[in-house]
Amino acid sequence: MMGAIGTFFRKRIVIMVPYAWLTVFFLIPFFIVLRISLSTSEIAMPPYSPVFSMADGWAGWMEKFNLLSFDNFVWLTGDPLYFEAYFSSVKIALISTLLTLLVAYPIAYGMAKAPGTVRPTLLMLVILPFWTSFLIRVYAWIAILKPEGLLNELLMGIGVIHEPLIILNTTYAVYIGIVYSYLPFMVLPLYSALEKMDGTLIEAAEDLGCTPVGAFWKVTFPLSIPGVIAGCMLVFIPAVGEFVIPDLLGGSETLMIGRTLWNEFNANHDWPVASAVAIVLLAILIIPIVFFQHLQAKSAE
Amino acid sequence: MKSLGSIRRSFAPWSDPNSIPYISIRNVTKKFGDFVAVDNLSLDIYNREFFALLGASGCGKSTLLRMLAGFEQPTSGEIVLDGQNMAGTPPYRRPVNMMFQSYALFPHMTVEKNIAFGLKQDGMPANEIAERVKQMLKLVKLEKFAARKPNQLSGGQRQRVALARAVAKRPKVLLLDEPLGALDKKLREETQFELMDLQQELGLTFVIVTHDQEEAMTMADRIAVMNAGKVIQVATPPEIYEAPNSRFVADFIGDVNIFDGKVTAVTGEFVDIEAEGGVKLRMVSSEPPAVGQNAAAVIRPEKIRVTGEKPAGRANALEGEIWDIGYLGDMTVFRVKLDGGKIVKASSLNAVRAAEDPLTYDQKVWVSFDENAGVVLKD
Ligand SMILES: Nc1ncnc2c1ncn2[C@@H]1O[C@H](COP(=O)(O)OP(=O)(O)O)[C@@H](O)[C@H]1O
Ligand SMILES: [Mg+2]
Repeated sequence: MMGAIGTFFRKRIVIMVPYAWLTVFFLIPFFIVLRISLSTSEIAMPPYSPVFSMADGWAGWMEKFNLLSFDNFVWLTGDPLYFEAYFSSVKIALISTLLTLLVAYPIAYGMAKAPGTVRPTLLMLVILPFWTSFLIRVYAWIAILKPEGLLNELLMGIGVIHEPLIILNTTYAVYIGIVYSYLPFMVLPLYSALEKMDGTLIEAAEDLGCTPVGAFWKVTFPLSIPGVIAGCMLVFIPAVGEFVIPDLLGGSETLMIGRTLWNEFNANHDWPVASAVAIVLLAILIIPIVFFQHLQAKSAE
Repeated sequence: MKSLGSIRRSFAPWSDPNSIPYISIRNVTKKFGDFVAVDNLSLDIYNREFFALLGASGCGKSTLLRMLAGFEQPTSGEIVLDGQNMAGTPPYRRPVNMMFQSYALFPHMTVEKNIAFGLKQDGMPANEIAERVKQMLKLVKLEKFAARKPNQLSGGQRQRVALARAVAKRPKVLLLDEPLGALDKKLREETQFELMDLQQELGLTFVIVTHDQEEAMTMADRIAVMNAGKVIQVATPPEIYEAPNSRFVADFIGDVNIFDGKVTAVTGEFVDIEAEGGVKLRMVSSEPPAVGQNAAAVIRPEKIRVTGEKPAGRANALEGEIWDIGYLGDMTVFRVKLDGGKIVKASSLNAVRAAEDPLTYDQKVWVSFDENAGVVLKD
C-alpha cells in the first residue's frame, strides 16, 4: 500500500519538474511584466504605479487592482510606429529564417552524407562559433561589412566593384547577421533529421523511377520536415525579438521591435509601455508556435 | 530435406542450346577497395525463371543483386538485360524493380501511395493508377489497409506492401533480397508458395537472394550456390541435392555423409574407394577418377538403410553400432559408429509405426546403400 502511494508521488514529482520550471522562470516573470504593462508610468522608483506591497493587506490590494488599466495597449494601437515595428520584425525574421534554411539545408545534408568518421568533426565545426562571445562575433561583422572593411577590400582588389558597397547599417547587414548567428540552430535539427534517415528509401525511390533530384523532393525533404520545423522555430522566434544584431549592424531604417522596446525602457523610462510591447510580442510569437506544434503533431502521427 | 524443389512444370530453357538468356552476367567482378565482393562471376538467367542466389551471409549475393538493380557498378565485366548492356544505365532507367530486405516502405505515405509511387513516376494517368493500385491491393490481400501508414502494419503486411509496390510497375525482372528474412517460420512457409503463385500469375522473372537453402529449394527453378564471391554450382534443386559438384555444395545443402579415400580400382563406371578406417565402397560415377587418385563418396542420409541383419544384394554394407537415435516424428535419424570409428548419419521415414523396427542404442547394426546412392567427387 505504502509502496503504491510512493510510486504515485514519485511519478507526480517527475511530471512536476518541468511545470515547476515553467512556473518559476516563465509564468511568474510573465505575470510581473503583465502587471507592469497594466500600470501607469510615474517619475519615481520604480517608475510606475500602483506598486503592490505585502503591507497593503487585502483591501489595499483590491483598491490597487482597480487602478490597473489597458491604457498602454490602447496607446500602442494609437501610434503606427509600433505596428510598423512589429510588422517589420516579423518580416525580417521570416526572410532571415528562410535564408537560414536555404544555407543550412545543404550544410546539414552534406554532414549527414559524410562518412561516419568525419561527422563528429563537422559537428564540432558547426558548434565552434559558440566558443566566442556572440557580441564579439557581431562586432566582427562590422569589420567585414563596413565600407573600408574586408569584404569591400576583397571585392575591389579583384576588380569586381570599383565603389565600396554600402552594406553596414542597412537591413541587408541585419539579414547577414541573423543568418550567420542562428545558422547552428538550423543546422543541428536538420542534421539530426537527415542523419537518421534510411538510405535505402532513396534507393527504393530511384528503383521505382525517380531521378536523384526527384527522390530528394519526394522522399528526403518530406521526411526532414520535423527538422525543418524545429530549426525554423529556433531561428524565427528569437529573431523576431532580436536587439543586438539590428542595433549593431542595422541602420536607422531597420525598424525592429527589440529596439523599440529597448528605447521605451532605457531612453523613455516608460516601463509600462515597454512591458505592453513585450506582452504583444509574446502574443505574436505564440501564434506561430502553436501553429508549428500543430504541424509537428500531425507529421508525427 | 523435406522438399526437393518445385517440379511443377516442364520449364528448362537452360538446357535448350537455342534459347537466349534474359539476363547475362559476364565475368563480373566487384571490388570495395581491395576487398573482392564478387569475383569474376558469370551467370545466365532466363525469361520467366525463378532464380535463387544461395549462399552464406557475406558471400556477395546482395552485391550481385544491387549490380543488377544499378545501385552498384561492376568493377569489371558486363551485365546484359534483354539484349541491352546495362553499363551506365542508372537504377531509374532499368526495367527491373527490387524488393528490399528492409522493405524500404516510405513512412510518410499510405499503403496506397507507396504502391502508386512508381506508377506516378512513369506518368501513368490517374485513373489507370487507381485501377492498378486496386488490383495490386487485391493481389496481396490488403484492400482493407489501403489508407494505413507503414508503421500501422504488421511485419507480414509490410512485406506484402513492399511486394505489391515492386511488382506494380510490371518490371521485366523482380529482384528480391531476402524477401522472407524478417518473417516468422510459419508465415515464411506460407509466403513462399504465395510468391511462387505470383511469379506464375504475372509471368515475371524473379531473382531472389537467400541464405536459407530450404527456401531456395522450395521456390526456385534453378539455384546458384555462391561462396566468397564465386558461383560454385548452378543447377535445379534436385540436381544440387542429388549431384552436388563439390564438397562445398554437398555440405551446404542438407545433411550428408562424406567418405574421403583413394580410388583402388575402376571397372567401367564402377569406382572402388578405400576410405578412412578401412571402409571399402563401390560407387557409380559417369566421370570416374583415375586409380590412385584421392576421391570422396558423398551419400545423403536418407539413401542409407540401417538394419539389424546384414542385408542381401546391397553393394555397400558396413558394420557398426548405433551411437544415437533422433526420433523426429515423421522420420528417425540414426547416427551409427562404424567399426573403423567413422560416424554415419542415416535417416528413415516412419512410414509404419516405430516399434516395428526395434533398433536400440549400442546395438550392432549394418548400414547399407546402393552403388548409385551418391556421387563421387574428385579432390
Ligand atoms: N558498400 C560496401 N563497401 C564495402 N564493403 C562492402 C560494401 N557492400 C558490401 N560489402 C562487403 O561485401 C561482402 C558481400 O556483401 P553482401 O553482398 O552484402 O553479402 P550477402 O548479401 O551475401 O550477405 C561483405 O563482406 C560486405 O562487407
Ligand atoms: Mg545480403
